[in-house]
This record gives sequence, C-alpha cells and structure tokens, in this order.
Amino acid sequence: MNPIPFMKWRWVAIALSGLAIVTAVASLSLQQLNWGLDFTGGTLIEVAYSDSADLSSIRSVLAEEGYDGAVVVSFGTDRDVLVRLPDGYSDEQGALMVDKLRSSTDMAIELRRIEFVGPQVGDELRDDGGIAMLTALGLVMLYVAFRFQIKFALGAVLALAHDVLLTLGFFSILQLEFDLTVLAAILAIIGYSLNDTIVVSDRIRENLRKIRRAEAIDVINISLTETLGRTLVTSLTTLLVLAALALFGGEMIFGFAVALLVGVTVGTYSSMYVASTTLLQLGVSKEDVMVPEREGADQEGMLP
Amino acid sequence: MINHYPLWKNVLILIVVAGGFFYAAPNLYAPDPALQIAGASSSQTIDKPILGRAEQALTDAGIPFFGEVIQEQGKSALLRLTDRDQQLRAQAVVARELGDAFIVALNLAPTTPDWLLQGGATPMKLGLDLSGGVHFKLEVDVAAATERRLEQYEIGIKKRLREERVRGRVSLDGQRAVMQFRAEADREAARKLVAELYPELFLDRVDEADAWLLYGNVTEQTITELVDYAVTQNLTTIRNRVNELGVSEPLVQRQGRNRIVVELPGIQDTAEAKRILGKVANLEFRLVAEANAPISERQRFEYRSADREGMTEWLERDVIISGESVSNAQAGFDQNSQPNVSISLDGEGGMLMSRATRANVKRRMGVLFIERKYRTRYEVTESGEEVAKRIPYDEKKLLTAPVIQSALGAQFQITGLDNPGESSELALMLRAGALAAPITFVEERTVGPSLGAENIRLGTKSVQVGLALVVIFMMLYYRVFGVAAVLALSGNLVLLVAIMSLLGATLTLPGIAGIVLTVGMAVDANVLIFARIREEIRGGAPPQTAIGQGFDRAVVTILDANITTLIVAIILYAIGTGPVKGFAVTLSVGIITSMLSSIIGTRALVNLFYGGRRVQALSIGGVGGTKVVQQGAAE
Repeated sequence: MNPIPFMKWRWVAIALSGLAIVTAVASLSLQQLNWGLDFTGGTLIEVAYSDSADLSSIRSVLAEEGYDGAVVVSFGTDRDVLVRLPDGYSDEQGALMVDKLRSSTDMAIELRRIEFVGPQVGDELRDDGGIAMLTALGLVMLYVAFRFQIKFALGAVLALAHDVLLTLGFFSILQLEFDLTVLAAILAIIGYSLNDTIVVSDRIRENLRKIRRAEAIDVINISLTETLGRTLVTSLTTLLVLAALALFGGEMIFGFAVALLVGVTVGTYSSMYVASTTLLQLGVSKEDVMVPEREGADQEGMLP
Repeated sequence: MINHYPLWKNVLILIVVAGGFFYAAPNLYAPDPALQIAGASSSQTIDKPILGRAEQALTDAGIPFFGEVIQEQGKSALLRLTDRDQQLRAQAVVARELGDAFIVALNLAPTTPDWLLQGGATPMKLGLDLSGGVHFKLEVDVAAATERRLEQYEIGIKKRLREERVRGRVSLDGQRAVMQFRAEADREAARKLVAELYPELFLDRVDEADAWLLYGNVTEQTITELVDYAVTQNLTTIRNRVNELGVSEPLVQRQGRNRIVVELPGIQDTAEAKRILGKVANLEFRLVAEANAPISERQRFEYRSADREGMTEWLERDVIISGESVSNAQAGFDQNSQPNVSISLDGEGGMLMSRATRANVKRRMGVLFIERKYRTRYEVTESGEEVAKRIPYDEKKLLTAPVIQSALGAQFQITGLDNPGESSELALMLRAGALAAPITFVEERTVGPSLGAENIRLGTKSVQVGLALVVIFMMLYYRVFGVAAVLALSGNLVLLVAIMSLLGATLTLPGIAGIVLTVGMAVDANVLIFARIREEIRGGAPPQTAIGQGFDRAVVTILDANITTLIVAIILYAIGTGPVKGFAVTLSVGIITSMLSSIIGTRALVNLFYGGRRVQALSIGGVGGTKVVQQGAAE
C-alpha cells in the first residue's frame, strides 16, 4: 500500500490544533467551566411529580419560602424536576424543601435524590482532580521516556494535554455541567488517548529501525498509514459503545459519555497528528531508537 | 506444528472460563426485597412466636411474603417479599406489630442457589446509586479538637507550676501555650517541668524586654494523633448508632485524614438518620446517696452492663459534672499492673470535682451514661390515617460507682476493675459520652429506590446495546476472526464480572460505564493482532506464519499500550472517592482481563479454527472487501 502523505498537511493540523486550543483556553479563562455540585458545594434535589410539573409555580413557591438563588429546571421528562440551591444552605434544607413542595401541590411527589456537598469538599476535590491529572501526565511521560525515548514522551504528553484541553474547552464552550463523573472521564481519556499514541509510536520506532535510508517524514507517513486501519477500527468500536451509553445510559451518566465521545474523537486525531508532528519537529531519527550496544546477554529483550 | 496449543493449555483456558462463569453466575439471580428483624438490644432474641406475629401482621395487611427464616441462632430473622413496592409499607406494619424492642430493617436478600454459595460465589454488591439509600460524609473539626487539647495543656501546666512553686503566667494564643516569667531561672525550671510533663510539646524560648517567654507549640504529629483519636472515637460511636437505624449492610469507614463516610442502603428518611448519627451521648458524675438521705434528694438507677443486670444504686440528684467536662478517658494499668481508667477533665470540671470530693472521701461516686432513645407512638390524624411518631427520651444507666479514695482534681483514675476488658469498655463508654471533637455533615446524598432501579435498567440496556453493536461490527469486518474475537470478548466480560464479584467490589453506575468502556477498548487488542496478521499476509507470509507472527508482534504493543492505561486507572483509584473509585476498579480489572482474553483466549480460538492443518486462506476480512488468499502450508 502506498503511504498516505499525512505529514504533508501537518501545518494545516498545527494551525487547526492551535486555533482549537486558543479557543478552548479563551473559553476556559473567560467563562470557566460549569462546575457541578461536586465541586461548588450546595444542594441538589431531584423529584418526580405524578403528572407534568409546573416549573413556574414551583419557582414561586420556592421564592415565597425564601430559597434565594434556587435554580429549577426539568430533568429528562417534564415530570422530573431538578432544583439546585447554591452553597450556603444547611444540610437540612434539602429534605425540608421536599416537604414544602409536597404541601404546595395535590400531586404526589416522589423523592428521587438529594445531594448536599459542603464547600470544603468541593475545593478539595478540584485540587485533587488537578493533581491527579498532572500526576497521570508525569508518570506517563516517565514510562514512555523509559520504554521509548524522551522525544516520544514529549510527543505523547503533548497529545494528552491537547486532548484534555480540548475536551475541557468543549465543556466550557457549551457550558455542560462538569461533575465528578466527567472528571473520571477526562482521566479515562488520558488513558485512551495514550493507548492510541503508544501504538502509533511503537510502529514509528519499529519502522525507524527497520527501514533503511528513509527520511523521518517518510517513516512517519508509512507508520501512520500502516496503523490507520487499526486506529479507525478501535475508535469506531469505542465510539459505538459510548454512543450507546450516551443514548441509553440516562441523565446521570450523560456527561461522562459525552466527555469520552469528544475525548476519543480528538484523541484519534491527536495520536496521528499531534504526537507524530511533535516527533518530526523534534527531529526524531534512527539514532534515537537504536538498540544499545549489547554489553551482556541479559540485555536482550529489553528493547524489542 | 505451529499455531497449536497443547492440550493442557486448552484445558486450562476452559477451566478459567468455567470458573469465570461459576463466580459470575450469582449476579444473574436478582435479589428479593426483604425485611430483616433484629433485637434492639443484644440480649433480645427472636423466636418462632415473634416471627409468627410478624407473619400474621403481614398477612392481615395483605402483603404477600415467603422464605421466612430465623438466622444466627435467633439474633435476626428474614422475611422475603414478592413486591418491592410494598417493602416500605411492610416495614411499617411489622415495626408497628413488634414494637420498640425490635429493629425492622429493609434488606435485599440474595437468591444465590446453594450450590453456588458452597463454592464461595456471591453476587456483587450494588452501590447506593443503584440500590437507593443515603450517603453521608462527616468531618471531624480538627481546630476544635486541637483547642480542647490546648486547654488541657494549660490546666496541666498551671497546676504543675503551682505545685513546684514556679511563678509565671500561662495563657493560650492560637495554636500554642504562652508562658511568661519574671526571671530566667523560673523559665528554666518551668521548661524542665513542662518538658517532663508533656514531652510532645515543642518548647521555644524567646526573650523580651521585660519578660522571659516560653512558647509551647503543638507539633504536627500531636495534631495527627489527636485527629486519629477523634476519628476513631467517632467511628466507634457512629457504628453503634448505625446499628440502631436498622440497616442490613451499613458501611462506616474512615476516609482521608479527618472524614468519615457512612453509607446506609435502603434508608430514605435522612432526617431520622441524621438525628441518630448526630446525637450526643452524655455522662453525669453524681455522689451515691447516703442511706438516710430524704427521698426527694435521691434517685435510683440501674446498672448498664449485662452482668450486673437488675442491680440498682441510689444516687444524689445533684450533678457534679457532666460529659462536657470530660476531655479524655484512657484504659491502662496502675503500678501494681491492675487495670484502671484515667480520666482527664477540663479546668472548670477539675475545680468542681475537687470541691465536691474534698469533703466526701470514702464515699462512692456514680457515673451515669445517658443516651437519647426513641419510643414510637402511633397516632390517628384527623383524616383517619395512622402515623408513627417518634418521641425522644433520655435513658440513664449506671456505668460504675467506685469509692472516692482522695480528693480528686482534673486528672484521676478509676481502679478496682476486674479485668482489662472491663477497663477498656468503661473507657470507651466514657469517651462516647464525653464531648468528642465536634463533627459536621459535609456531604449528603440520597438516592430514592426508583432512581436506583432505573439506573440499573439503563445501565444494563447500554451494556447490551453497546455489546451488540461491537459484535455486529466485528463479525462483519473480521469474519471468522471476528467470531473468535467476539467469543473472547464475551469471555472477557464474564471474567471481569467474576473477578469483581470475587473482590467484593461494589457495582456503581460509573462502574457499569467502566464495563461498557472496557467492551469498546477490549476490542483494541484484537484489532491490533488482526491488523498485524493482515499485514503479514499482504507481505506474502503463508497463513500459519502470518497468524504466529501477527500475534507475537502485536503482544509487545498491547503490553505497552495497556500498562500505561493501567497507570492512569491506578491514579484514578488513588484519588477518587465512591463512584469514581468504582469506575477505576472496573477499568483496571477490565484492562487486565482484556489483555489476557485477547492474547490467550483469541489465540486459542484461532488455533482451534486454523491451527495444525493445511490452510489455503484466512477469513479475516480484507481491504476493499476481498479476501486475502495466499498459498501456504502448515508444517
């Protein structure tokens, strides 16, 4: 099969990624993320009315009862209502409010869930999440540097940072709620995108050693062409199950599925363009992946 | 012969898969909604007539039930219900019939058949987001606990300096004790005394124009010990109280430095749960009344411990001190290796205690343990509906009544205890009654039962749909090899569920998402292998060689790619809490099983299909829809 000249368009890719990153960073710094309850603290109440609920009357009941800053939206169906109270209400208020809603209407109200998160938990979670993400990136870089070479590690980490940033940007631009499950999804994206990048890097390394007298750009093109089928098939199967999750998994898991859908799509692209372009710009060459001079028999198998 | 597994290897794979099915099987049996009945006190047992009353009450209310059984030698009983919607009503009915001496808890009774149970196979536990219930996170107030400890230091130091006639002023300033002296000699003497008394204090000398200062700083290590102490103490008391709530499988767990997580499946009434969890036990120290005291000045109390059941003691009505004044109680031994309990009081408590005991040496002092309990009363409302009302009352029982040997101060011992078990029990009760470091609720999540059931339904559906899509795609794209991959993938799912069940992991909604994601990603290893085999064929290798080479060369890539993902999953586990942890566990186990299933399982199947014979062509799909046909022969 003739290699597809992927790298010929790398400037287009760089421009594209650059633009996307600038947009993401701009949105993140201007309107930040729509932090979910897990991070902001506050109270969230989900109730199911026996018949379609009148949001405006619920709002006026809550306003009368003095719940300032209560946000009332319907959730999924018109019978399910979600009320969110900002941080500052005590942990008792959730249950009290359900009682008040019950007495304000003839309809039966079923309590679906109450979540109360104190402010100290939220801040901590945000810090821990950030630390986890940085730790993950750092450890991954170490592992790749050890198993491959530092240029590959840089490429991998850049690709990961790219994916995480774009997914965060997506959530910021659309102001989708960023809760704990989305954080888990972001970390899973790191895992997934890495998987992709490693497979491509592995092939580049192999071809750098195998193909004599070829420019790095050609080796990368050949490697990307060879792994293209696998990359697409794996992404496709993963996207299939994620789509099933997003469509059928219900509201509580929707954010998680959307984050992964975005992340996997971006990750597929970044494993082809971001990691490889970085390698090329860093001037990867045969010498970087040479099997070291064998000093003893035990060295065999260290590097395949 | 290439591409042929020896018999033992195939048998081994079969055994692993069979084991997987065996340990995954319990999850197929949906649990029955049930009621669990237990005595409110440990001495209360449940016998046939009591169970009969519960059965009669259910029959009268028209609630169908089955499988009633008395368990654990009469400690509890189980009644299974046919309809989950009637569980709450059934609980109310049985609780009404049996009264306050029994706790009726909601339960989900597993229906695992005996032959599976005997092999140690049990189903996965469901997380709160799937089963419904309450999740609390409580936080111990570290600052308040430190403050209380500092007050203790202040009192101790003051007392010691007075005893040794060292002149100086002692006060508190934030996180440290400040001692001020007029002469350097005084400070030096004080430094020695304090270092001896409280070796854990970090002492710092500062000279000012008109005073010699000595700072006693609380070290980070002391604070850590303090927090540990407060958290363990709260854990113990909360565990005891959770048992009162009637929850069949509660979880009370320390989390991080100063948090406690409480999970109560099945509970819906958060207000009630919080009232019981947050309630404070108390203590009262009173003198034992003299025989000739007028009846208006004395009160009779029962002993709390079971071995002194029925024994009573008359105490004076006047309370010397209550639990708020007790700052610590520790079981230990005296010089003669006799078990004792050392009690520390705060300054005011010490003063009151010494005033009360000075004139009463050789009399006895009783320690009362006070618990808030609830009585249920049934009232008929105007609409004719019967509602249960919980009426609180204080239950006061006597812990001990030792003789006062000498005037007591802020620190004293209770001796004459029979054995170390008794002393540690007494210390525990004293600590439970003492005002522990204050705890606050920092997180609370309630999931209604209908939402839990819906989450299970949605989760199952998305796994099914996702799996079906992948199966169809793989079969279309990779033909016979696709079949091998799909079979290996199913084996992978079974193994994943089996291992999760064996680990006793809790299944949560993100956990289900993890399973779905694993299904998607598990295909990857197969895809890598098949892509390699196709390349080998394209490169002109004969089919058997192509298979062997394809697998061997893909393994390295698969390992590298998966180990890095595993690193991420482990980090996720380390920082995550609750549902996220569940997701991390599923992901980690999934990565491992999917590596095994694709490298070994798919290989075994492909060997079975093609190995050890002449093969003209491999049915692995192909670029552009044509099969790659290659002449070749097996050795």
